[in-house]
Amino acid sequence: MSQQITITKQALSELFKAFINPADVISDDETLKPYECDALSMYCEMPMLVVLPETVEQVQKVMRICHQYAVPVVARGAGTSLCAGAMPHPDGVILSLAKFAEIIDIDKASRTARVQPGVRNLAISEAAADYGLYYGPDPSSQIACTIGGNVAENSGGVHCLKYGLTVHNILKVEMVTVEGDLITIGSDGLDSCGMDLLAVITGSEGLLGVVTEITVKLLPTPEKAQVVMVAFDSVQNAGDAVGGIIANGIIPAGLEMMDSHAIIAAEGFAKAGYPVDAKALLLCELDGTVEEVDEQIRQSVELFKSFGATTIRMSQSEAERALLWKGRKSAFPAVGRISPDYYCMDGTIPRGQLAHVLTEIDNMSAQYNLRVANVFHAGDGNLHPLILFDANQAGEFEKTETFGGKILELCIDVGGTITGEHGVGIEKLRQMPIQFNDQELLQFHGIKDSFDPLGTLNPGKGVPILKHCQEYRALEKQGGAQTGAHHHG
Amino acid sequence: MADISKQLVSEVLAASQSNTPLTIQGGGTKSFLGRDTEQRAKCQVLNVSEHSGIVNYQPVELVLTARAGTRLSEIEKTLDDNNQMLAFEPPHFGESDTLGGTLACNLSGPARPWGGSVRDHVLGIRLINGKAEHLRFGGQVMKNVAGYDVSRLQAGAMGTLGVVTEISLKVLPKHAHTVTLKQAMDAQAAIDLMNQRAGVAKPLNAACWMDGYLYIRLAGAESSVEATAKEWSGERVDDDDATEFWRCLRDQQSSFFGGDSPLWRFSVKPTSPDFALSFQAGTTEIPTMSGEPQGRQLIDWGGAQRWYKGHADWQEMQTIAAEAGGQVSIFRGVVRDAEVFHEQAPALQLIQKRLKHNFDPQGLFNPGRLYHWL
Repeated sequence: MSQQITITKQALSELFKAFINPADVISDDETLKPYECDALSMYCEMPMLVVLPETVEQVQKVMRICHQYAVPVVARGAGTSLCAGAMPHPDGVILSLAKFAEIIDIDKASRTARVQPGVRNLAISEAAADYGLYYGPDPSSQIACTIGGNVAENSGGVHCLKYGLTVHNILKVEMVTVEGDLITIGSDGLDSCGMDLLAVITGSEGLLGVVTEITVKLLPTPEKAQVVMVAFDSVQNAGDAVGGIIANGIIPAGLEMMDSHAIIAAEGFAKAGYPVDAKALLLCELDGTVEEVDEQIRQSVELFKSFGATTIRMSQSEAERALLWKGRKSAFPAVGRISPDYYCMDGTIPRGQLAHVLTEIDNMSAQYNLRVANVFHAGDGNLHPLILFDANQAGEFEKTETFGGKILELCIDVGGTITGEHGVGIEKLRQMPIQFNDQELLQFHGIKDSFDPLGTLNPGKGVPILKHCQEYRALEKQGGAQTGAHHHG
Repeated sequence: MADISKQLVSEVLAASQSNTPLTIQGGGTKSFLGRDTEQRAKCQVLNVSEHSGIVNYQPVELVLTARAGTRLSEIEKTLDDNNQMLAFEPPHFGESDTLGGTLACNLSGPARPWGGSVRDHVLGIRLINGKAEHLRFGGQVMKNVAGYDVSRLQAGAMGTLGVVTEISLKVLPKHAHTVTLKQAMDAQAAIDLMNQRAGVAKPLNAACWMDGYLYIRLAGAESSVEATAKEWSGERVDDDDATEFWRCLRDQQSSFFGGDSPLWRFSVKPTSPDFALSFQAGTTEIPTMSGEPQGRQLIDWGGAQRWYKGHADWQEMQTIAAEAGGQVSIFRGVVRDAEVFHEQAPALQLIQKRLKHNFDPQGLFNPGRLYHWL
């Protein structure tokens, strides 16, 4: 799809320096180095140039020039992507939105905020707190990740079941097209006429345009939030309890599950008081009015008892609630204490399949001789198996990746998907042709063409090229050998 | 109650081979929506209503999958039997409303600002494109970012991208308890109060201003609803009357919606001031509300959706909508061969034309129904 690039690095750099502060046009290897990867550091590539524009007009000019010379452009926020979605293109430009870090306006009355894409997710809620409001989606990386990246990945977090994903919590974006035009998608109203381009942009992994401003919805801060920690002596019981809560008409604000590896690692790190002999731990948070939370806590505790809970503990203060969450929120780095490296998967499954999927993962864990800790957004079915490995052992990352691929295929087999919230990027290109057939993938390419006819925006990510799909499928039949097609690290 | 997808694929293939444009039709209750042109009259009807039936529903998963021709009434009955609901409260314009039509028109009821829209609840679809390929996008799980969101793209596209044959939706438990409060006030006071109420974490579920009264619906846990009802102003409406009031509003059966006047739908920023002033400044004939027993305006969605009755200038209405941060469409009435949906910027038109071309290269599906250029 990509056209021949018709300009040299030197010449392009000079063109940018004519309207961008020369210090913000980076071309030397040492300064380029930090941009070589995102949070999935196994995939890396040096870009040709990095530019850090400060105004929308500068972004438009960068896009026009790159379009004219068919130069690939990869937009980048905080670089916290877990799928190599922000990995550079070797002949392309990294368009960093780091300087777009302003909260332009918070409108208390209409419960909205206008923000630039480089604003951190958590910073929005912090700024809105003065008005008794907050921004709903709260991915685990919310301290660092930016709202622009959240739009690109349709990020979720632990409160999705009740409060939705990014796509449910934004009203409008200003976007620079690949040709350099500034367009507005959505409005300050709830619904807009015509095709829902906002839904297509959200989760499009930077393949369709460069978002330069976002209007987000804000929610009133609940009067009360309380978390119940519940331990079980089997994953099956914990899974059944999750079903029981929902069957009783309760929609928790957050409903998280950890298996025994994750419990032990998290407890060692956070000292939250998790029972380390439990086979599964649930954190069930209820929020709303004081009356509602009190009523639902009572109901939930009764239900958990009836499903065989071995320990039940309710947070009695904000400090205790924060402590109980600390273990869960630090589960990923905590796992780093019990293993030199870990590889985080992101499949989503129907909740009812949980026990089956965890059993299968256990079997595969034995087969590949790699341990797995499971962290599960039980409310919405999003499973994060963390495969523990040692990158210094020859061949172990490759083995890990193969194992990870098998887990994603298992998710598809049970009616789920290969990625709930981390995105496809480069990492999951190989599983895309298992979830989608060629006609469906071609339809995705058609959407890409509609926004980016030359294919220069974040090329090679998100949707695999069809000729590679044949190779991926053939390799699957041979037992999932590595292609290494996109693996540079 | 049958899977006729193979037949639908054959019909699309035949239409493609003979280059015959198609009007996609489910229950036919929303045929008044969109543009009505000579071109549309010449289209062959592709009837999807026979392609019906709930394919999969496991209440504990909070997901329901149904064929596009399944009647809303059947889906709602099944959900109700399991104490669940469609949280977007879809309007019924007849007995034969289908799920497919509801998605294509992106229609949601009074709960929309708090319960979300049909678009918000769609998880996955199957769709026949213009090449007669039967494709599957999204899935039956709440979180899914594999590939572009083709499912939500169908919401409001009015069938211009393909024939949606199957839809998976998120469903939710029914509210345990509901109370409606009613209070007399003028439009501007209602807009202010609705937004104020929406800014605090109470179980607000609908807010509408009609005929000089603000109606607030609370829904959720009983203790919470009752405590809020005591705290907030307004006279409590009898439960049966309240149910009927919200049903009539949802289905446009309230007397406001009667008569032959053109009906305008504004989707705007909820805090936008009462439009009465804008109308006075302009040339439109829509009178202001004051002193009229039967109003010409109705405000729903906590201020974010405003309905107007009367003859007015299209460009002027679009200007008013844009100034209020939103858009306008002509929902009912008037000769509908010109544009009826808020006009789009050239760059947005270009993207949508390309999308249309990619899904439907021959322009077979509902040509001109949404815009003359689609």
